[in-house]
Amino acid sequence: MNNAAASQTSEVSTKAALHSSQIVKIQDLNVFAGDHHILKNINLEIPRNKITVLLGPSGCGKTTLLKCMNKLTDLYRELKVSGSIFIEKDDILNTTTNIPSIRQKMGLLSQRPYPLPVSIYRNVSYGLKLKGVRDRKLINFSVEKHLREVGLWEEVKNRLNAPATSLSIGQQQRLCLARGLAVKPSIILADEPTSALDPISSKIIENLFKDIKKHYTIILVTHVLRQAIRLADHAIFMIDGEIIEQGDPEELFKNPQTEELRAYLVDGN
Amino acid sequence: MQLRRKIFDKITGFWMITSLITILSLPLIIGTGLYLKAAPLFDQQSFFSLIFSSQWAPSKGEFGFWPFIAGSLYVTVLSFLFTLPVCLLAAIYLTQFSSKQLIKVMHPVIDVLAGLPSVIYGVWGILIIVPFVSKYVAPVFNTTSSGYSVLSGGIVLAVMCIPYILNMLIEIFNTVPVGLREASLSLGATRWESVKHVVIRGNFPGIISAYGLGIAKAFGETIAVMMVVGNVVKVSINPLDAAYPLPALIANNYGEMLSIPMYDAALMFAAFLLLVIILIFNMIFRYLIHKTKRQ
Amino acid sequence: MRRIKILEEKFFVFLSAFMTYSLITVLAFIILVIFIKGFNALNLDMILKTPQGGYYYGGEGGVLNAIMGSLYIAVGATLIAIFIGMPAALYINVQLVRYRRTQNTIRYFLDALWGIPSIVYGAFGFTLMLFLGMNASLLAGIITVALLISPIMVRTFDEVLSTIPRGLHEASLALGSTRTETAFRVMLRQGFSGFITAILLSFGRGIGDAASVLFTAGYTDNIPINLDEPAATLPLAIFFQLGSPIPEVRERAFASAVILTIIILAISLSARIISKRYSRSNLK
Repeated sequence: MNNAAASQTSEVSTKAALHSSQIVKIQDLNVFAGDHHILKNINLEIPRNKITVLLGPSGCGKTTLLKCMNKLTDLYRELKVSGSIFIEKDDILNTTTNIPSIRQKMGLLSQRPYPLPVSIYRNVSYGLKLKGVRDRKLINFSVEKHLREVGLWEEVKNRLNAPATSLSIGQQQRLCLARGLAVKPSIILADEPTSALDPISSKIIENLFKDIKKHYTIILVTHVLRQAIRLADHAIFMIDGEIIEQGDPEELFKNPQTEELRAYLVDGN
Repeated sequence: MQLRRKIFDKITGFWMITSLITILSLPLIIGTGLYLKAAPLFDQQSFFSLIFSSQWAPSKGEFGFWPFIAGSLYVTVLSFLFTLPVCLLAAIYLTQFSSKQLIKVMHPVIDVLAGLPSVIYGVWGILIIVPFVSKYVAPVFNTTSSGYSVLSGGIVLAVMCIPYILNMLIEIFNTVPVGLREASLSLGATRWESVKHVVIRGNFPGIISAYGLGIAKAFGETIAVMMVVGNVVKVSINPLDAAYPLPALIANNYGEMLSIPMYDAALMFAAFLLLVIILIFNMIFRYLIHKTKRQ
Repeated sequence: MRRIKILEEKFFVFLSAFMTYSLITVLAFIILVIFIKGFNALNLDMILKTPQGGYYYGGEGGVLNAIMGSLYIAVGATLIAIFIGMPAALYINVQLVRYRRTQNTIRYFLDALWGIPSIVYGAFGFTLMLFLGMNASLLAGIITVALLISPIMVRTFDEVLSTIPRGLHEASLALGSTRTETAFRVMLRQGFSGFITAILLSFGRGIGDAASVLFTAGYTDNIPINLDEPAATLPLAIFFQLGSPIPEVRERAFASAVILTIIILAISLSARIISKRYSRSNLK
């Protein structure tokens, strides 16, 4: 039975890979907090192995949209979510698949780094341990690989057992990225990941995103227009819980179709 | 005008610093006072035999505190065993799983209960716990008990300490940022795993401290325990037997302590012992809390 | 593997919910039992009369002596605690504002002091009383309880003062006032709600404490008029009456417990309301 399920999912994912360049598809997503309509009829598609930027003024629902994708909205009882979100053909809002395994398909990078209250090493191995991996060699290998992936290995290899909080805030954010990559996600959800960082650390993170997008789909929330222009392969502009415009960033930023985006571009620059 | 300001400044400045120094030196003053009163006892018996001897015959001048220390320890440990799972799980539920409304209602309620005088808990113990122990618990073990027992003392103490410990735990758990929980969940942890790794492990020193302070409070609690514990001088491991904790010893015998030689010194020694033990406990665990707070 | 995890989660969520709700039940039960038992014996005589002849054998009277004694002691002790607690808290937050380490160390000691059990204060009060050649009296009780509640007063007031932004304090200094003037004119006013809360909390603690007044205040059937007369207290009235073999007297202990509980509830409720009304900071 297990085998059957495994082959089925692999079949589905190869199909998805063959037939569509989209990895996430959201249909008629609505989110309410009490009477407050936070997200209104969201419909969008997110291309695979690209950086998709969610842009908009603060409070427009970008973060909520991001949290819907890995069901962190469950933490907030007052939120009512309806509609469907397909990730690799699997509608995560209406599914029986257990939530932790859905979440493991996505790595989360939040506004400021939240290292777990354990050592650097254990931060990275946390996800593997949860999956039940006990093989020390495998874990060691994974820790080194992912710390290298984010360019942190050389800086921390001699103090892997130091508490993660002893790192600088920029290093912590990279550690959080490595930690997320270690669970082998296909998507990285980044919620203004550079807003708490200094310019140099921000630059490092941005460059990392450009490097790793070969292997991962990145969904980046930002309100920094310049960052959006630098990174976006696909852009979505939101105001007040609604998608105003979406499409190719070059087009979008050069020829805004709506008054809202035009105003935002002028103010942002 | 300038002079008046200067005088005002001098007087109030002096007032402030003297007050602060007075309060801060309280433990030293209390400790010295009690020690001086207890000192004559040390001429007769060694410190070691005072604590570990079980011979208690004030009229013969024999003061062995072991039955009282053992009684205190027993009741305290028992109450700790009751509070340990209840407080931890309730604090986790209230801060991590329950709706926000519940904790909004519960927090003030717990606060009020923590401020209820201990004599009230004692009354409740006599009304409910003592008859419960004698009527229902003792028959289960095929013995009889008056109900005034170590077990009753432990239960009443536990119920008294729960609001106190719970309050501290809730405060500690509330400092865990939501982002940290989200990070753990997004790595594929279940909610319970997140609680285990982020909430419990991350706050381990704080949790230990909350319980440590709870134990210290239980150890020094007087009236409520004294009302239900039976107050019989003996060492027994049967929780359905009566015991005689240290604070109860002091409280019960102050009336006659001036009529028997050395008795007053013995009771002041008991108070001194309580002060030292509890102060040490408080210092250790408050230190842990202060240290974690600064991080 | 996954099954076990889900089961584990379900089990612990259920267990913690169960613990929480049974805890709520038990705590509600305590209040309920006290009220039900006590209201049966509660009447106006209990509150308005002192014990008459034969009271302790079930005769006429009430516990007015204990109510008044408790109020006298708590009020007196609170006044003393204000006298030394308020300036101490101001000192920590004004003069020591530049020395974070010292501030923290002092707070640490005060917290540790808070944990000393009241029986120890009682025993110390007793030695002090003998040392000064006093008898068990209202005054001795007041002094002992004042020692007990001063650390509480300082720490609760200090908690509120420490949230006052430094800018306000600096603004006052910049206008040319001295540090002490800043303390009494600005900080005290700004933290006034905290001051009131601290007073109420200390008062509540003072009125409910039994072990500290056991040695020092004595017990009497009369309402004390002078400071050197002994005074009855409500917690001790409950304690002594419960020890009686006569059912009527025990009933009265329950009634007295209700009176004490109501007083305490009223105090902590008003403390809550005041601190809520005046707190402008929107901390969760």
